[in-house]
Amino acid sequence: MIRVKNLTKNYGELKAVDDISFEVKTGEIVGFLGPNAAGKTTTMRIITCFMPPTSGTVEVDDLNIFDNSLEIRGKIGYLPENAPLYWEMNVVEYLEFIMGLRGVGKDNFSQRKKDIIDLCGLGSVTHKDIGELSKGFRQRVGLAQAMIHNPEILILDEPTIGLDPNQIVEIRNLIKQLGREKTVILSTHILPEVEATCGRVLIIHEGKIVADGTPKELQSGFEGKERIYLELKKTVENIESKLKMLEQVEKVEKVATPSVETRGFYIESDKGVDLREKLFNYSVQNNWTILEMRREQASLEQIFRLLTRS
Amino acid sequence: MFKNSWIFCKRELKSYFNSPVAYIVITIFLLISGWFFFNNLFIANQADFQGLFSVAPFIFMFFAPAISMRLISEEKRSGTMEILVTLPVKDWEVVLGKYLSALILLSVAILLTLTYTLTLSTLGNLDEGALVGGYLGLIMVGATYLSVGIFTSSLTKNQVVAFVLSFVIVFILFMLDKVVIFFPGFLAGFLEYLSVEYHFSNIARGVIDSRDIIYYLSVISFFILLAVRSLESRKWR
Repeated sequence: MIRVKNLTKNYGELKAVDDISFEVKTGEIVGFLGPNAAGKTTTMRIITCFMPPTSGTVEVDDLNIFDNSLEIRGKIGYLPENAPLYWEMNVVEYLEFIMGLRGVGKDNFSQRKKDIIDLCGLGSVTHKDIGELSKGFRQRVGLAQAMIHNPEILILDEPTIGLDPNQIVEIRNLIKQLGREKTVILSTHILPEVEATCGRVLIIHEGKIVADGTPKELQSGFEGKERIYLELKKTVENIESKLKMLEQVEKVEKVATPSVETRGFYIESDKGVDLREKLFNYSVQNNWTILEMRREQASLEQIFRLLTRS
Repeated sequence: MFKNSWIFCKRELKSYFNSPVAYIVITIFLLISGWFFFNNLFIANQADFQGLFSVAPFIFMFFAPAISMRLISEEKRSGTMEILVTLPVKDWEVVLGKYLSALILLSVAILLTLTYTLTLSTLGNLDEGALVGGYLGLIMVGATYLSVGIFTSSLTKNQVVAFVLSFVIVFILFMLDKVVIFFPGFLAGFLEYLSVEYHFSNIARGVIDSRDIIYYLSVISFFILLAVRSLESRKWR
């Protein structure tokens, strides 16, 4: 359980984090979503006790970051942005170094080391210097470093940056799997990532939380209008103006289609109005051939753009 | 209690000896000190190791900052600091471990000159008191300079800045007893007491006085404490 209360962080004049409050329950996977410099990294750095807030506090279980920093740091596994590692060390040396400082006991030292190497897919590079590894492998070493002591809480700053699509899927599955028993906070500005991994999303913009909820909740909350996509086979008639004449249609927007033989339109109506049946009948009346018709859902991307446009 | 410091120390030592740093430092130190040592021996035709002991504190002014400049500034520059200080370790454990590794490296370099001094023993009787005192003094001087070095390294993410800053501070400590003639009596005594060389010359004569040892230990503790404070300064609001 992480409780963030009225957190504010100023860098001189700049307010990086502005009076943020939220809670993360055990077992939740929470995604911080926001444009660059929105305050995601700063919030994470405060939770991990890297830097103190200007005001406000963070509690982890019943410990707080000012009085129990050492205990909190023991409970957290942290992957900073860009996985900063010692390039001159090899993977095993580095993991052993972290394990020593994390206080991993002698009796399960080698077992734990083996497990984490398997879990993060590092078996093929154990004796390579970290500086020689590709960005994807370095990111995995960073993840291994964060998870090596089996922490209750994982804080990952842009964990999938620099990975190829296959690795991204692997890491996402890994995070999901870990999220069953652990609390995970991850930050990203990649939207599908949040939809794929997070049970809950916090959209942060200019140091403030502008949205908080499951991806589904956010989507339903932001659907102002119903939107239908309609694709028709090309005819000579002026389809756009005819569509506009239809009752309850608020707006018709032409969309470019891949083929010159087809015409695409976005048709908007008020919330709760389902035009699909009408559109079908109308098309039949006019002898138009419908190739495709679907209801558009407000995507997280649209919500994100709506909320974070400055 | 010192377990974490020891882990840091081992890592830094590996990093010194896995890179050219340690070998370059040791080789150049041995070359320069060897030149001064054998100069005395062959040109002045004197079998004595005072040549070595009088020049070593001067050489350390360059070597100690070179050894210590990367200790903390490099972690700041590369961002590894962020993982380091979010581990459940105390700031003083980090500083102490890193300091110790630099001290070990410098001590290895110093003790390797034993090959020079011990060669002399084939030529006659060694003044063992002066030899032991001289080596103890050298390590104390080196330890003092390194404590300055780790402090300046904690101030910046730029190694060159760390080097120059610590060189300046060390230079002042080195020069203090050479400028005392310009100062009135009461101040002169005070400045002389603060000077690194003054205490070194006492010890190198073979007189191991607690006042000199206390001087070195207090300067070392002072700068190490400053380094810890400087590391903690990120927590100041």
